[in-house]
Amino acid sequence: MKSHVWRPLFVVIVLLVVILVFRLFYVPNDFQSGEYGFMYSFHRASNEGEWKAMPVKYRDTGKTNMHEYCGECHGDEVKVRNEDLHGIIACENCHGPAYNHPEDPEKLVIDRSRGLCLRCHTDLPYTTSERKRIPGIDPKEHNVDEECVSCHNPHNPRLEEM
Amino acid sequence: MLEQAAHLVVHGEAWTVKELFVLPNEYIYWSIQIVMYPFMTGLVAGAFVLSSLYHVFHVEKLKEIAKFSLVFSFSLLPVAMMPLLLHLQQPFRGINVMMTPHFTSAIAAFGIVFTTYACIVATELWFVYRAYFVTTALELKAKANKGAIDTFRQLLFSVLTLGAWDISKEAQQKDHKACTKMAAIGIPVACFLHGYAGFIFGSVKANALWMTPLMPVIFICSAVVSGIALCILYYVVVQEARKFMARRKLARWAKDPSAPTAEQLEGAKKEEVEITSNYLMYFMIAAITLEILDLIFRGYTQVKSWDILREVIMERDFIKIFVLQYGLGNALPFLMMVLPGRNVRRTTIACALVLFGVFMMRWNVVIGGQAFSLSFAGFMHYHLPIIPHDMETFKEGLFGALTVMTTPFVLFYFLNMIFPAFMVDKEDAQH
Amino acid sequence: MKRRDFLKKTIMVVAGASVPLSALDLVDPKEVLAANPDIHWAFLIDTHKCVGCGFCVKACKTENDIPFDAKVTRTWVERYVYTKDDRRYVDSPDGALYGYTESRIDLGQGNFKEIDPANVGKAFFVPKLCNHCETPPCTQVCPVGATYKTDDGVVLVDRSWCIGCGYCIMACPYGARFFHPVEKVADKCTFCYHRITKGLETACVNACPFGAREMCNIRDINEPTTKIIMNQRVGVLKDEFGTRPQAFYIGLAQEVR
Repeated sequence: MKSHVWRPLFVVIVLLVVILVFRLFYVPNDFQSGEYGFMYSFHRASNEGEWKAMPVKYRDTGKTNMHEYCGECHGDEVKVRNEDLHGIIACENCHGPAYNHPEDPEKLVIDRSRGLCLRCHTDLPYTTSERKRIPGIDPKEHNVDEECVSCHNPHNPRLEEM
Repeated sequence: MLEQAAHLVVHGEAWTVKELFVLPNEYIYWSIQIVMYPFMTGLVAGAFVLSSLYHVFHVEKLKEIAKFSLVFSFSLLPVAMMPLLLHLQQPFRGINVMMTPHFTSAIAAFGIVFTTYACIVATELWFVYRAYFVTTALELKAKANKGAIDTFRQLLFSVLTLGAWDISKEAQQKDHKACTKMAAIGIPVACFLHGYAGFIFGSVKANALWMTPLMPVIFICSAVVSGIALCILYYVVVQEARKFMARRKLARWAKDPSAPTAEQLEGAKKEEVEITSNYLMYFMIAAITLEILDLIFRGYTQVKSWDILREVIMERDFIKIFVLQYGLGNALPFLMMVLPGRNVRRTTIACALVLFGVFMMRWNVVIGGQAFSLSFAGFMHYHLPIIPHDMETFKEGLFGALTVMTTPFVLFYFLNMIFPAFMVDKEDAQH
Repeated sequence: MKRRDFLKKTIMVVAGASVPLSALDLVDPKEVLAANPDIHWAFLIDTHKCVGCGFCVKACKTENDIPFDAKVTRTWVERYVYTKDDRRYVDSPDGALYGYTESRIDLGQGNFKEIDPANVGKAFFVPKLCNHCETPPCTQVCPVGATYKTDDGVVLVDRSWCIGCGYCIMACPYGARFFHPVEKVADKCTFCYHRITKGLETACVNACPFGAREMCNIRDINEPTTKIIMNQRVGVLKDEFGTRPQAFYIGLAQEVR
């Protein structure tokens, strides 16, 4: 090893050591492979917790425990609504996400727009789709420029029962 | 949050136009910088392979251009990394590739292969130029009244010797031998560096155009082609400039009585270009054969993706692929070099065309691979941002690409001060 | 072979074989599951039930802070219309964020195609999202280990480690990934990891009024959705890529890719 031709190798070794030492401080120590092995689950373990800690915005629990969160305070209304045709729609689809309601926000912003109703009630000529079973209108002809809620009660949409 | 949405730009939206059914999240995410990336790495690998032809296989006639292409390869090296950094959404985290490399990813190899390769080229350069460092440092030391620049140069060259001041004949022979070994190791590493750039694309199973095991080999061949072509081109340009300077005695070196005359330079140039362009043709034949084979195979097997690929290749990108890439970039320069009466000027023009052809090949692979939707039912068009109106359209636009393209020449200008690429060995001059 | 050796070996083989046989006798799937409380999340989409209202897309964007107007989305709904003269049209304007309120098909670049209602053959909607594959190509190609599969089968992205190279976006055969316009990192469906780990349903499942989307722990065979996946004819998208998707579909058609 006395020959001078090895000198570049020493430089490379020093470089390598510098990189490895830097790495020691730079890389979080919870980097590891999970159950799916190095190929699919090499990651920083604490990131899982970071995702779990994201805030929940929609509180209504949909179909399994229908409107449980909303029902805690608005129990009577929810009970009535549940029996309606629109009872299958989670409250927050129209009333907006609850976040930490009733504290924050104190009042929810309700979406009463025509567009919201048209999502389901635009008539599309698709006989093979479930869409056809929903009563539909042609938005270009049916009371254009009017909000649906000015005639229909969204909680009990049958006109004859209004 | 809903309120802040209005001014937000989705990455890729600025230059992607969608036609028919394209999935909502599909954009041309890999744009001009990813075209530049294999193009530049290709040049690095190609230039290095050219220099190795002399260092390893002792093709003596390539001596002059070998030294030049080695230095040029070194100045291209940092530029191979530039387009990658420019296209990252989080460029400051680029170091993560070295810190937590996930080796099942082709990109993860980049940090390690690239660094290894840089070390090899630097080492080889050191062996070639060590004697020069020593003599220069000693000359500067002996100089009586030194300015700040000379003091700095003395310091720089002294450091560069790494303390190996022995320039006896035996020591220099050792340099020579070590240099050959480094070049021999370097060739596979250079091929690996570029082959895996091909692997990055070839291994993306989701992309019907990219996914072929031939991709790495095609990339290596076209890399060598482009590297040699650029070296010839740049070499001719530099030799012309030196000829001009030698005639007019413009530069300091030209005033030296032992400097090569314009005629000598012309003779050297002719010979080098002649030999090198032969190698260029061999590699071109290999590259084109593989590319055409890939195309024929796709057309013949007609798997599910062929319908949309055929429309992209044969119709939408026909001009880019068959006219610009194969016609102007391959067939024409090949004819120019094969037809009798070849001279330096014709070869130089051919080299420029070959470079263009390889660039178009990169373009057609990278952009062409994203020209159709994963749904196979729609197309995406790429509009290269020309006038930048924010950082993103600069980085991933024409000016970003031009920045990448010009950087190696600027770097070469400075590196040439430390590693004089056109230095004539005193020893050789006596032969 | 000597007779003694033969007998010895025979006894060994019989003894060896009898162990798993006796084990099989006792195995009851429910008991095994009870002793092995593994969680592995899976998704079920019933395309017959989907009406293309897009409430799922809206809820997902809100729940997961994906800018509402940005033209990227973690989940989307596609519309397939087949005409009687055997033409097929597909579109997904804004990923169906505002639902399907028009019958014309969006052809991109401002072009639309109006289809004669009498000519419509079959037509249906297909919701899509990340398939949380068993062998996800996106995590395989991540150069830094910023995207990964959790032990309970969800593919996540580490926003503080992603370098934004876009390789995972390229590697995903389903177009489920994109660059988050604010975070500037790769983003994708997390199966609402913050919700399912608290016992809530994902935002999209919650918002769907028709039950077209369901989630389940596929290791718990008592869950009704798991039962459907196990007992009915379900399909997955693009199985030719060998990604083994964990989002199962009822009612797929050949053109749905």
